[in-house]
Amino acid sequence: MRIGVFVCHCGSNIAATVDCPSVAEAAKLFPDVVFATDTMYACSEPGQDGIIQAIKEHRLDGCVVASCSPRMHEPTFRRALERAGLNRYMLEMANIREHVSWIGKNKELNTGKATELVRIAAEKLRLNTPLFANQFDVTKRVLVIGGGVAGIQAALDCADAGIQVIMVERETSIGGKMAKLDKTFPTVDCSSCILGPKMVDVAQHPNITLYAASEVEEISGYVGNFDVKVRRKATYVNWASCTGCGLCMEKCPSKKSHDAFNEGVATTTAINIPFPQAIPKKAAINPEFCMKLQKGKCGVCAKVCPTKCIDFEQQDTIVSEKVGAIVAATGYDLFDWTVYGQYGAGRYPDVVTSLQYERMMNASGPTSGHIQRPSDGREPKRVVFIQCVGSRDKSVNRPYCSGFCCMYTAKQAVLTKDHIPDSDSYVFYMDIRSPGKGYDEFTRRAQEQYGVQYVRGRVSMVYPKGDVLVVRGADTLAGTQVEVEADLVVLAVGVEASKGAAHLAEKLRISYDQYGFFMESHPKLKPVETNTAGVYLAGCSQGPKDIPTSVGQGSAAAAKVLTLFAKDKLESDPQVSSVNQNRCVGCLKCTMTCPFGAIKDVKDRAGNTKAEVIETVCQGCGICTVTCPHGAIQLQHFTDNQILAEVNALCQPELEF
Amino acid sequence: METITLQKPDSQFLRDVRERSGQEPSNCYQCGNCTAGCPYNFAYDIPVSRIMRLLQLGRRDEILQCKSLWLCATCQSCTTRCPNGIDVARIVDVLRHMAREAGYATERNVKAFGDAFLESVEKHGRVFEVGVVAGYVRKTGRFWTDIELGPKMLPKGKLGLRPHSIQGAEHIARIFRRYRGEPEPAATTGGETK
Amino acid sequence: MTLTIGYYPGCSGAGTSVEYDQSTRAVCARLGVTLRDVPDWSCCGSTPAHTVNHVLSAALSARNLELAAQAGLEVVTTPCPSCLANLRIAGHKMEQPAFRDDVRALLETECETLAETKSTLQVMVEEVGLDEVQARVTKPLAGLRVACYYGCIMNRPPEVMQFDDPEHPMAMDNLLTACGAEVVPFPLKVECCGAAAGMPRKDIVAELSGRLLDTAAGLGVDAIATACPLCQMNLDLRQGQANAARGTRHAIPVFYFTQLMGLAMGLSAREVGLSKLVVNPKPCLERAGLL
Repeated sequence: MRIGVFVCHCGSNIAATVDCPSVAEAAKLFPDVVFATDTMYACSEPGQDGIIQAIKEHRLDGCVVASCSPRMHEPTFRRALERAGLNRYMLEMANIREHVSWIGKNKELNTGKATELVRIAAEKLRLNTPLFANQFDVTKRVLVIGGGVAGIQAALDCADAGIQVIMVERETSIGGKMAKLDKTFPTVDCSSCILGPKMVDVAQHPNITLYAASEVEEISGYVGNFDVKVRRKATYVNWASCTGCGLCMEKCPSKKSHDAFNEGVATTTAINIPFPQAIPKKAAINPEFCMKLQKGKCGVCAKVCPTKCIDFEQQDTIVSEKVGAIVAATGYDLFDWTVYGQYGAGRYPDVVTSLQYERMMNASGPTSGHIQRPSDGREPKRVVFIQCVGSRDKSVNRPYCSGFCCMYTAKQAVLTKDHIPDSDSYVFYMDIRSPGKGYDEFTRRAQEQYGVQYVRGRVSMVYPKGDVLVVRGADTLAGTQVEVEADLVVLAVGVEASKGAAHLAEKLRISYDQYGFFMESHPKLKPVETNTAGVYLAGCSQGPKDIPTSVGQGSAAAAKVLTLFAKDKLESDPQVSSVNQNRCVGCLKCTMTCPFGAIKDVKDRAGNTKAEVIETVCQGCGICTVTCPHGAIQLQHFTDNQILAEVNALCQPELEF
Repeated sequence: METITLQKPDSQFLRDVRERSGQEPSNCYQCGNCTAGCPYNFAYDIPVSRIMRLLQLGRRDEILQCKSLWLCATCQSCTTRCPNGIDVARIVDVLRHMAREAGYATERNVKAFGDAFLESVEKHGRVFEVGVVAGYVRKTGRFWTDIELGPKMLPKGKLGLRPHSIQGAEHIARIFRRYRGEPEPAATTGGETK
Repeated sequence: MTLTIGYYPGCSGAGTSVEYDQSTRAVCARLGVTLRDVPDWSCCGSTPAHTVNHVLSAALSARNLELAAQAGLEVVTTPCPSCLANLRIAGHKMEQPAFRDDVRALLETECETLAETKSTLQVMVEEVGLDEVQARVTKPLAGLRVACYYGCIMNRPPEVMQFDDPEHPMAMDNLLTACGAEVVPFPLKVECCGAAAGMPRKDIVAELSGRLLDTAAGLGVDAIATACPLCQMNLDLRQGQANAARGTRHAIPVFYFTQLMGLAMGLSAREVGLSKLVVNPKPCLERAGLL
């Protein structure tokens, strides 16, 4: 084999702490290496041209590029090899940037380590063989998980492009958090007026199948061909015949059920439609509060239902769907603010969350848009807003900024003045973060036109005094402690990953960060992709975002889906396992350890049991190769011999320069 | 007000505070929560969050000469509620140690009370409350301190008029002497058991 | 129940808070808890010691923890939160070898084993238990409206104290509820009373204790229950000073919680040292039919 080695400077990223020419010089002594050089930017056009030219001039069979992580540029160099007429798998990369130059400052040691990494790569390359991809069909249907505004946008864009969409929503209605909001910043337009039509579009679009009150149970398969099992949770109402007339709600005697849609500001009935604009507009029974399901007595709803759709015996059902791509748009939940004992930990009824306040201000909310104190129904005249409750707070393991609280707090303060003109509002903040279009102007307007008193400092404690709440905080600009008596305290509670997000990420085989937010493939350049092909992200599932950004991401994810579906066939990755039938004894241990069900048992011509890999299902994880007692299964491109060659290269006595 | 020259922080002071308190002042992002919860803020000359800021700027003399250090009662509100997990009360404790070492005592009576208290402990092994009052009056000349409380307490027998001396009193006294780095008096070294 | 536990009364227990010591011993005896005094105990150093030097403070405290351990007492209970804080923080800091060595150098002892410290409040809730307390009640405190005031350092800092909620502690509320009292939620449970500033800066104590008294009065309580000698002294003995400084006329009796528990368990006024209180507790106890 004739091997060429290219050592990249990456400007000064590598060259500052690695002697690249020395590494290239040393590489010339490695077995089969016939050409070695250093290059300023291997990935640049002249850099790639240099590789292609060298392949041709020196009749190279394979190349080692010592540069950055293969995550970054493996596809780039593979394409370069192909342009020079080599098989793309005749490339090996040595990561001398992330693994060497960025983590160590000692140039001598770094140069030695870089040389060893090049040697490892060259030794492996000597055993590489050309691999060829197979083609397979794409199922041009997409699964959208989550029916908030981000998921709705992704679903509508795909559906409008003619793609079949399966939308799965955990709650009984789509709409997500946006459906609960009163107005939206910075234009103060009505949230349900702009979201409502989109929700209706989802319901009426011929290309969208909506599973509400459902969750993703199981996902298998791979890009282009995912098999999804959806659990449709029992609602105890036959939705096929429910007309959403609401008669059951009027008659249900269990009127103290938790009202999740209204954030517990009011109570609802055990059988309910969460809000008038719900999509689908279907009733569901909350079994926790239903007397029939709890005690076997009642059944009033079944008696009054004109279409006889109540079914107390209903069970969860599982439906299977085949899709080619998945958009995860699972949104966010509020941080559990009751860990803040100093704000009453939930003891004081007139300390509410920002989302509860939205419901209190909303004309279709439980108070018909009249702001009232939960304790006594009185209209508050002094409202104190406390920002960063569960944000930018290391002591509760929420060091990140939730991003949009500054803006909605300003909006809520403005609306408070609209609702109650003789009221005073106070906002305790640490920094005003308002970088969006028209955002900072909005927060200024809150102060200048609406007279909202902004106080720069955190609040240390809230305590009741008679029928008011005393808020004791700091005004760091005035440089001292301040106290204000409030009729109502609104906590701008921070954002955290949706409950169960980490669990879903594991089903989707995508990464998530320490807080449960899904990891994008690249923080700048691949914001809606994940590291699992065919799975895309939108909205707050990836991190806190406001509505415009969530909508933008929904459309971006849809664009990625449509790009994927623009091809009729996809290429499979040949880096998968394959069974040497001669060595396989048919013990089938591999079928038991394979996490993807990618190995099946077959009979050879003599009727002996043998293992066989389903190429399109295999993810190339390699578990089977270490399970097989006879070394009969080998992972292509990472065979035992290739890995041993790498180990042997590393364990050689130190090189002499 | 004085212009602070940012290029000249007392970095040795900052290092000392960091080392002696085990706390990292740069973790403070000036939210003001410590000041917000401080019960003593009304009596302070510099609020605690500003002490933290001056500390970040390395302003040794301003900090060590402030009265607030002496008025803090270590109630731990600041430490308990700091969003960045800084043990603020501990930093203030350390600053107070440094102020003492530097010979500052901007609330002289507070220092006098503490000194009288510890003198009593050193002498008897336990605190003798009447002795503390006497020591405090001696140091400050404030004879009328709490004089009106005497008639309330004396008839109730709440004030022991005689110190409780304990067997280990000499052990306690030695702890203090060693703390101050004083040589042991010849008469008491050796022989005695603890 | 039978429980034997080390006991550290603290210096004020022999002086200004003699009734706390007396009532604690009496109530523990009723509950079957045997208190064994730490032999030849000395002062923990209190606030003045830690404001001077942390090693000195820890040495003064650790002497007691070592004496207790040598006497076979694994756990020592103290009614005083200031002693509790010093003893526990000393034990906590001495887990660091370097600090422990510094303390050893001052103490001239090895400090190999140190007793653990718990507040008497914690022992009553966790070791004795509310059910046991309730079972011993013979004269329920029915009709007595009480605000429970814990003071600032009974539960702080939480990682050292490891007991109850640092913002809304409930141990004393639950104990007195078990004794039949009507306990009102007191929002300033953990706000500082002014602590040891009484002598050098009584204006500070008047202000801070005055706020506590105002808040308690606003809740219409008959009495305040405390668990700290310094809090009790500031609120009771210095109540007159607070009234004078702030133009108020409070006359709220300030008990130690052990005194109220004792009364509920049928101990006499003398046995719990009621006569030591400055603000006369008689009217409120008579109103509630407890005397």
